[in-house]
Amino acid sequence: MTRLSDLLLLLVVLADFWVLGTTRLSSTIRAAAFQGALLAALPIALHPGLSIHIIGLGVGTLVVKSIVLPTFLQRAIREASVRREVEPLIGFTASLCLGAVAVALSFAIAQRLPLPESQTALLVPVALATLIVGLIVLTTRSKALTQVVGYLILENGIYVFGLSQAERVPFLVDLGVLLDVFVGVFIMGIVVFHINREFDSLSSAQLTELKD
Amino acid sequence: MTATPFVTLLAVLLAAPALPGIATRAKSLLTGRRGAPMLQLYADLAKLARKGAVYSRTTTLVFRVAPVILTAGVLVAAFLLPLDGRTPIFGFTGDLVAFAGLLALGRFALVLAGLDTGSSFEGMGTSREVTVAAFAEPALLLSLTVLVLVTGSLSLGGMLGAPLATAWPAAAPSLVLAGASLFMLLLAENARVPIDDPATHLELTMIHEVIILDHSGPDLALVLYAGAVKFALFGALVVSVLVPRGRFDPWVAGTMLLAGLALIAALVGVIEAVMARLRMDRIPQFLVTAGALAGLAVILLLR
Repeated sequence: MTRLSDLLLLLVVLADFWVLGTTRLSSTIRAAAFQGALLAALPIALHPGLSIHIIGLGVGTLVVKSIVLPTFLQRAIREASVRREVEPLIGFTASLCLGAVAVALSFAIAQRLPLPESQTALLVPVALATLIVGLIVLTTRSKALTQVVGYLILENGIYVFGLSQAERVPFLVDLGVLLDVFVGVFIMGIVVFHINREFDSLSSAQLTELKD
Repeated sequence: MTATPFVTLLAVLLAAPALPGIATRAKSLLTGRRGAPMLQLYADLAKLARKGAVYSRTTTLVFRVAPVILTAGVLVAAFLLPLDGRTPIFGFTGDLVAFAGLLALGRFALVLAGLDTGSSFEGMGTSREVTVAAFAEPALLLSLTVLVLVTGSLSLGGMLGAPLATAWPAAAPSLVLAGASLFMLLLAENARVPIDDPATHLELTMIHEVIILDHSGPDLALVLYAGAVKFALFGALVVSVLVPRGRFDPWVAGTMLLAGLALIAALVGVIEAVMARLRMDRIPQFLVTAGALAGLAVILLLR
C-alpha cells in the first residue's frame, strides 16, 4: 500500500504548487479542497486494516476539509464578489520558486530529524513542505480569503505530520485539530465579511488603518 | 545492428507533418468546425518546395542558412533518440546535452535570421522566443536529469531504452512528473497553446509565427518541416518516458511510438480547444512550473 500513499503524498505536493501558482481565488479554494480529499484518503492508504477509527477519520476529514470549508469559502467569495488575487506581496513565479525551495529544504531537513520510522519516508518531508507552503501563502497574499486558504494548507501540513505519528498520538488529537481549524475559518469568515462591509475591499492591509 | 532503428526513424520523419494536422483536426472537431484536412501540411510542403524564395535586400547569408541549420540540427537530434525503444542510430556518453544543444542551435539560427531581417516586428518575436527558451531549457535538462538518475545512464539510448523499463516500477512517481514536465515543454517548444497560438497572426500575441514571417518558398518549407519533426521528437520523449517500450519487440515498440505520437497530437488539439493562451507575463510561470515538477522528481530520487 505504500505505493498508493506515496502517490497521494506526491499529489498533495502538487496541490501545494497549484495553490502557489494560481491567481483565481476559486481555483485556490478548489486546490485546497482537492488536497483535503487526498488527505482523507491518506490514512486509509497508510493503514490497510480498516478500523472504525480510520474510516471515521477519513470520512470526517473529507466532509470538513473538502466539502464544508470549501463550500463556505466559495460562498464567501461570491458574497464579497472578489475573483482574483491581484497584488500578492511576492509574485506568482517567485512564490512558485519559493515553493520549490521549500520542498527541497523539507526533504533535506526531514532526513536529519530524529523521528521514529514511519510507514513511508515521504510523509515527514511532505508534511514540512505543505507547512511551509501554507506559511508562504499566509504571509505573502494580500486577500484575506487567500490567507484563510493558506491557513488551511498549513493545517493540512500539521495533519500529515500527525499521520506520521499516528501510532503514538491518538486520532482524537487530529479531530481536535480539525475542530480548531473549523473555528478558525469561521472566525476568519466573519473577519472577511466585516472587512468587506467596512472598506469595500478584501485586503487585510486595510486593517492597519483601523481606528476607534 | 538491426534495421528497426532506421525504419522507425524513417517512419517518424515521414509521419511528422501529420502531427500538426491531427492537432488542428482535434481542435476543429471539438470547437464545432470541420477544419483543414489532416494531411494539409504535406500539401503545403509540396507547394512551398516548388516555389521560389524571396529575399529582402536587408538580409544576409545568415537569413539564408538558418532554415538549413535548423532542419539539420533537428534531424541529427532525431538520430540520438532510441525511437524503437532499444537503440538510437548513434549515441555516446552525454549525448543528452548534445540533444538539447542541437535543438537550441536550431532555435538560435532561427532567432538570428529573425534579427537579420531588420524588422522591429520580428525583433519583438525573437525577444519573446528567447524568453521562452531561457525558461524552457533548464526545465528540459532537469527532466533529462531525472532520467539519468533513474537509469544511471548518461546517453539517451540508455536513458530511454531497456534500462528505463526495468527501473520504471521503482521510480514511477518521478517518471510521471518528468513526463508531465516534458509535455509542458512540448507545448512551449512547439509554440502551442497555452504558450503561443499557431493559428493566430495578430502581432500582439505571436511568438514563433512572427520569426518565420519573412521566410518563403523552400526556406519556409524547411522551417515548417523542422517544426513538425521537433514536435515529433518531443512527443517521442514524452511517450518514451511514460510508456517504457524496452521490453517489447522493436517493431511493436515502433508502432506504439507512432500511435503514441498521434495520441499526443490529439491531446495537444484538445488543450487548444479548451484553453486560452496565457498572457505574455504568465508564460515564465508556466515554464517555472514545468521546471518545479522536474525539480520535485529530482528531489524524490536524491532522497
